[in-house]
Amino acid sequence: MALLELIDVSVHYGSIRAVHGISITVEEAEIVTLIGANGAGKSTTMRAVSGIRPLSSGKILFDGQDITKLRADLRVVRGISQAPEGRGVFPGMTVMENLDMGAFTRKDKKGIAADRDRVFDLFPRLAERRTQVGGTMSGGEQQMLAIGRALMANPRVLLLDEPSMGLAPQFIQQIFKIITEINKQGTTVLLVEQNAQQALSRAHRAYVLETGTITREGTGKELLSDESVKAAYLGVT
Amino acid sequence: MTSDEIIDLVEMVVLVAVLVAVGKLFQRSKASGRLGEWWNSKSRVEQWAWLVPLIAVVVLIPVINPPFLTTEPGTNFPITMFNCALYALVALGLNVVVGQAGLLDLGYVGFFAVGAYVAALFTSPDSQLSKIPYLWTLPLAMVVTMFFGVVLGTPTLRLRGDYLAIVTLGFGEIVRLLATLMPPLKGNVGFQDVGHPPGTKADGGALFANTNGTPWYMLTIGIILIVLLLVGNLERSRVGRAWVAIREDEDAAEMMGVPVFKFKLWAFAIGAAIGGLSGSLFAGQVSFVNNQKFDVPTSVLFLAAVVLGGSGNKVGVLLGGFVIAYIPFRFTALASYKYLIFGVALVVLMIFRPQGLLGARQRLLARGRQAYQRLIGRPEQLSSDSSLVAEKAGDSA
Ligand SMILES: Nc1ncnc2c1ncn2[C@@H]1O[C@H](COP(=O)(O)OP(=O)(O)OP(=O)(O)O)[C@@H](O)[C@H]1O
Ligand SMILES: [Mg+2]
Repeated sequence: MALLELIDVSVHYGSIRAVHGISITVEEAEIVTLIGANGAGKSTTMRAVSGIRPLSSGKILFDGQDITKLRADLRVVRGISQAPEGRGVFPGMTVMENLDMGAFTRKDKKGIAADRDRVFDLFPRLAERRTQVGGTMSGGEQQMLAIGRALMANPRVLLLDEPSMGLAPQFIQQIFKIITEINKQGTTVLLVEQNAQQALSRAHRAYVLETGTITREGTGKELLSDESVKAAYLGVT
Repeated sequence: MTSDEIIDLVEMVVLVAVLVAVGKLFQRSKASGRLGEWWNSKSRVEQWAWLVPLIAVVVLIPVINPPFLTTEPGTNFPITMFNCALYALVALGLNVVVGQAGLLDLGYVGFFAVGAYVAALFTSPDSQLSKIPYLWTLPLAMVVTMFFGVVLGTPTLRLRGDYLAIVTLGFGEIVRLLATLMPPLKGNVGFQDVGHPPGTKADGGALFANTNGTPWYMLTIGIILIVLLLVGNLERSRVGRAWVAIREDEDAAEMMGVPVFKFKLWAFAIGAAIGGLSGSLFAGQVSFVNNQKFDVPTSVLFLAAVVLGGSGNKVGVLLGGFVIAYIPFRFTALASYKYLIFGVALVVLMIFRPQGLLGARQRLLARGRQAYQRLIGRPEQLSSDSSLVAEKAGDSA
């Protein structure tokens, strides 16, 4: 049984249809990536999975259970947490306070402490900057903080919305390495990316989203060598 | 301009300048961490040893009646001080909504009015309802306004954006119009002889007579201290953290598992209750309630108190409330320019101290910087600093 399953999901903003009847499956322990042009509906899909945006039709199953109507905060309790697009760290909170917010739904002090160590292990820079205010950190540091904060919920599936956005090339490499590392440690990852080359080479499976519908799916390798994907997303002609 | 006006104007400028300077000083010592360090190095007991004399001075101010601060002969000084304390309490309540949870409430006077009418309806001989002792109307007003807060908040707090500001603005007006239109609320005629707490003076008159500001002031200060303690505890708790998160980034808060709607409703209801409490205090002291005091400008003044004092900072908004209430009493020659003065003062303040007299940490600053980064659309480069993830970089390279 798939860990996360979107079945024929549509999402509207008023009368604007942002996502139209998409189906996505994420198996336990996979990295699945969702690539597509600006405005394709990637963030909308992620927001729907987190429960920030209601579906206009379709279903979302998590661990076999229907969570379509479940409140956003209860989805976090079940094990879905997200590092949103544009990072969305709490600007006035310190690194520690931001990480603590990630563990907002948890009560297990020991587990929280262990996860904090894990985050500091993945991102040594965050450990150095414990008391720095989120809003004053550099873009890359904020991205690490956003990912770390999402990990503090100890999610079963981690949603990452464009973690490489606005980062320098060599740092993009490192972020992707860390994502692979997180996945190896046992967390399932659903990754939205503009950086198709990196995302496809790291992901087990991938979906291409075009103006709200899925036009292609396959393993990362398959899509990497797919001619139309190459032309549209990899800048190869 | 008459010479009276000029004297008042000069004195007011001095007062405002002193306030801004104090705010700056406070901020600097706070930024350097010295004040906080010094304060935190004290034990709880020592902290109280400092607080108690400070509180004593605050409590005794109407009796001391200091020369520069006095508002006599224009207005009885204790009465002025009561009004200041009342505004401070209002600001404290509104700050929970605006400063802590970041919800823009433009109709706070509506809750204040409901509280006042609760006191009037249950204690004034002009009301048909059965009477209860005045002091009971304080908790009752809180319960009733909390109920109104929940009813108003339930549909609106689910929505994002500016709906709340518009709905609350409407709510304030609806309360005022209902007071005008509904016969049992007696419109402009209003309710005389609203109750007051028990107690008699040596000469046999009522201790809490409406001419006697000092006991009303002290009662209000006592209530402020209790509310301050409760709100402070909330602020440091999980609830407070959730409010900060919602204020800073509602979507992110939701993605972290904060039940956003629930916590917004709590903030709104708690704010409403404190507004109601202030309203019933107001009704008791003035001893008369009609539909005249509860208009939009009053709501705006309440909000001005919060912004002026420093939205999100409990002590700041108390100061803001005091100042907003105090200025028209003290500088009576300028009373007809009240709103002009506040307008100019706020604009000036926003230029020099955008975070208010005593701002809430560097939050606004940090947020401003972030907004600026976004504004200039710079892709935030992460230098070539690869030490960021040095360990991880090594393993698969
Ligand atoms: N709050 C909103 N109100 C109205 N329309 C919206 C809203 N948010 C997104 N949209 C629209 O929905 C569509 C999909 O947006 P979405 O943010 O999901 O795109 P995306 O694939 O994440 O794009 P990008 O790569 O630029 O982040 C776009 O056409 C966008 O304009
Ligand atoms: Mg997006």
